[in-house]
Amino acid sequence: MSGAVSSYGTRHLQALFGSLGRLARAPLATLLTLMVIGVALALPAGLALVVANLRAATGDLGSAVDFTVHFKIGTPIERVQQIATGARARSEIQSVTVTTADQALEEFKTTSGFGDALAALKDNPLPHHLTVRPTRAASGPAEVESLRRYFTAFPEVEIVQLDLDWVRRLHSLLEVIRRTLWVVIAVLGLGVLAVIGNTIRLEIQQRRPEIEVTKLVGGSNAFVRRPFLYTGLFYGLGGALLAALIVFGGMTYLDQAVRELSAQYGGSFRMAGLGPRGLGILAGVGAALGWFGALISTGRHLRQIEPRA
Amino acid sequence: MISFDNVAKRYPNGREGLAGVSFAIQPGEFVFLTGRSGAGKSSVLKLIALLERPTRGTVTVNGHNTGKLKASRIPAYRRAIGVVFQDHKLLVDRPVYDNVALPLVVAGTPFKEVDRRVRAALDQVGLLGRERSLPLELSVGEQQRVGIARAVISKPQLLIADEPTGNLDPALAVEVMLVFKRFQEVGVTVIIASHDPHLVETFGEREIVLDGGRIGSDTLHAAAAARMTAQAPRLADLPNIRLE
Repeated sequence: MSGAVSSYGTRHLQALFGSLGRLARAPLATLLTLMVIGVALALPAGLALVVANLRAATGDLGSAVDFTVHFKIGTPIERVQQIATGARARSEIQSVTVTTADQALEEFKTTSGFGDALAALKDNPLPHHLTVRPTRAASGPAEVESLRRYFTAFPEVEIVQLDLDWVRRLHSLLEVIRRTLWVVIAVLGLGVLAVIGNTIRLEIQQRRPEIEVTKLVGGSNAFVRRPFLYTGLFYGLGGALLAALIVFGGMTYLDQAVRELSAQYGGSFRMAGLGPRGLGILAGVGAALGWFGALISTGRHLRQIEPRA
Repeated sequence: MISFDNVAKRYPNGREGLAGVSFAIQPGEFVFLTGRSGAGKSSVLKLIALLERPTRGTVTVNGHNTGKLKASRIPAYRRAIGVVFQDHKLLVDRPVYDNVALPLVVAGTPFKEVDRRVRAALDQVGLLGRERSLPLELSVGEQQRVGIARAVISKPQLLIADEPTGNLDPALAVEVMLVFKRFQEVGVTVIIASHDPHLVETFGEREIVLDGGRIGSDTLHAAAAARMTAQAPRLADLPNIRLE
């Protein structure tokens, strides 16, 4: 039994190295195919990376949907803390920051430039307030509106300050980016499938006599298909690695300009690359597309080849 | 082992390969299929090798009704039959060893066993030592013997050959036929399509003559008759056979 398993594994290795050998024997054709696949994979990968970098640069746009809950003057700070604690327990809220009236006044003195004038005031005219940040999942207009109603329901709350129109616009913008990314991924993914499928089809036609003889002596479709699947896998993997190189080159080129721009605003932002996780995903997607493209192509074309006497 | 029951075969281009053929072949027989070109010899072999399915009638091989065999079971069916072609159908870019080993490789036979059996098969056809040669480096007769080695390496109980001596000179043809004869002597059923009457006379075996897609005659020549007499009960299974 172990001999049979070992033999089965050896056959796979044989098909694997056979496929590699065939690719190596036609370096120019292999390179051209890899370049087409690499560019097709690099475009969505690069776009996804740019979006991720933009998110990082803008603090994931999380602060864009922050809102402020102002309490009525004279509300005890204990009650404010109690409401904040209750809010933190809600799953749709990421964080709640309590700012007391005194802290608000100090902050206002510092930032407004009216420090001396404010010092003349007998009473603090500012209320306690909460700064609330919803979770990313609860950042949609409907969810934010629901949170607004939750806080407004407390009698101690004077006003909930938020720009719901901005939230709606931001949400729409993010949705456009998300859908654009998926369209690009789907279209170019189909392109990769077509390129690999067509390459495998040509190889099947080229090796038709060999396939006929193999089927004639009892080779199953699975046996005949195996080397082509490995070829598809290698095309996908190789294309993904090439795409990673293209993305790396592109990001390195952009990074210099982004750093200069960031420095002009007093920041030190740097473009993030794919990283091990991104590289793994890209390689996995490439390999899966390669394998699947070859599977479709062999399924369609191998059935049409039957041995002739 | 093999039976054709009122079998007809019509090809997509309208040509009628067989028009109601019935015969039976028992295990261990050596049978020549003869007849003019287009008589239906190749159609019979294609139906046995399941390269074609009958348009009408029933072809039964090793207990399988080939007309009803599922596509997924065809590879295993073919692995049980050795086929030799007039044009050899060798992979010209692979050495002799790989060509002969192919049926065992597709069957998943362990490498040690493959190696042992390839050498044994090449020894049987007199080509031991030519493992690394490419087919085009061999003579036509040697190529034919490579084809025979490939056909017998899986130890099939049925060996079929379509005009295996068609391209060979008479001496070489007899040499190749002797190889087939050796396999028949160890119990393999051999069916050979040939239009060479000299070979049939030389070997004196059963001869099924096809004419226009029908059976013209079914004759048991001397050698086969002598052997069949020793196996008398089997004769009852062979309909319409004329003893010489």
